[in-house]
Amino acid sequence: MADDDQVILLDFWASMFGLRVRIALAEKEIKYEYRNEDLKNKSDLLLKMNPVHKKIPVLIHNGKPVCESLIIVQYIDEVWKDRSPLMPFDPYERAQARFWADFIDKKVYMPTRRIRTTKGEEQEAAKKEVFEIFEILEGELGDKPYFQGEAFGFVDISLITFSCWFHTLETFGNFSMEVEFPKIIAWTKRCMQRESVAKSLPDPKKILELAMERRKELGLD
Amino acid sequence: MGEEVVVFDVWVNPYSRRVETAMRLKGVPYRYIEEDLGNKSPLLLKYNPIHEKVPVLVHNGNPIAESLVILEYIDETRPQGFPILPRDPYERATARFWSKFIDDKCMPAITQACWDEGEASDKAVEEATELLMFLENELKEKRFFGGERIGMVDIAANIVGFWLGTIEEVTGVELMTRDKFPKLSNWSIEFVRSNVIKENLPPREGVISYLRKKRLTR
Repeated sequence: MADDDQVILLDFWASMFGLRVRIALAEKEIKYEYRNEDLKNKSDLLLKMNPVHKKIPVLIHNGKPVCESLIIVQYIDEVWKDRSPLMPFDPYERAQARFWADFIDKKVYMPTRRIRTTKGEEQEAAKKEVFEIFEILEGELGDKPYFQGEAFGFVDISLITFSCWFHTLETFGNFSMEVEFPKIIAWTKRCMQRESVAKSLPDPKKILELAMERRKELGLD
Repeated sequence: MGEEVVVFDVWVNPYSRRVETAMRLKGVPYRYIEEDLGNKSPLLLKYNPIHEKVPVLVHNGNPIAESLVILEYIDETRPQGFPILPRDPYERATARFWSKFIDDKCMPAITQACWDEGEASDKAVEEATELLMFLENELKEKRFFGGERIGMVDIAANIVGFWLGTIEEVTGVELMTRDKFPKLSNWSIEFVRSNVIKENLPPREGVISYLRKKRLTR
């Protein structure tokens, strides 16, 4: 890729979706300009670049926007294909990677959000759902070092960004991820040894602070 | 792609038809297994234990689920055939974006707009109209979403191109009117007429009769 590529990322510092893009960019060692959005006061640029969803993350590559985090990660992988491949080479394994990334994308966020933003019975129901999903994910991971086998890749990127939110989930849901899902936590620690992950993920304590602010705004606790 | 390919399907299901369309576009022979969703086969449950849904493509005993994932797999394993996704990375990202938009946003809104009643339906009609307008604008002056030929977004939009008309007829809800959506209306005509698509659509009357029965049991 040319040195005069202009890459801008519109994002929010705590977003597990935006973080996927940051990790992918770091894996590929791509220089980019990071712009943090105020989600309560979205910039004109964001609304112009993502008129359909009006959401972050948006990658703007030489003026052209790419939206939806997993689509952006695949785009980054395909454009900067000369280094650090994120997808497996084999088409069947690629299909499996897309399946699991899609599963994570569709299933993890909403119930984890409900643990953070509800209480009582609703929270308990959300916790049960989160446990079911992570049981499936732990089963899929098995004894492999990473979801795709020996190499860190697309599926890992899809899920690892939730790990900085685990401390928040554990605090509000009153459980321990390590006790319930030891393989997932071992995998999290393994991923954190990668510079791209360690340097991208925010401090879980700061995430908890943010989550507590949001709970206060909702009038909970 | 060669050897044995099996597709687990339901004749009236648009997601299943996407897979068959892609197979036919690539000229890949396959065996079709019709599933009864009220009584799912042990094989289906074995091949798709996570979602227990159709379609599932099984290639030499290896299963793949989720229609859009299957479309990409079919395209990658037969790169020399009819291109389903564009080759250029930016165009691929765009095709993926609109396909996901159709599945994540349009489908639920259309379902709610047509099948719900009263206030919930009115609001959903408004939302579905807004969403379809994005598709209308995305078409621009193109014959198909894929350009001169159909592509992944057209295949994904089969719900809009064919099934929406049948749902509108059964429920009486009008979403895609010609005056509001001239481009999408023209596109849907081109879509159902185009070669492989027209051979691969279920009979319209059959779908309508199926949906009428379903409506009575809701």
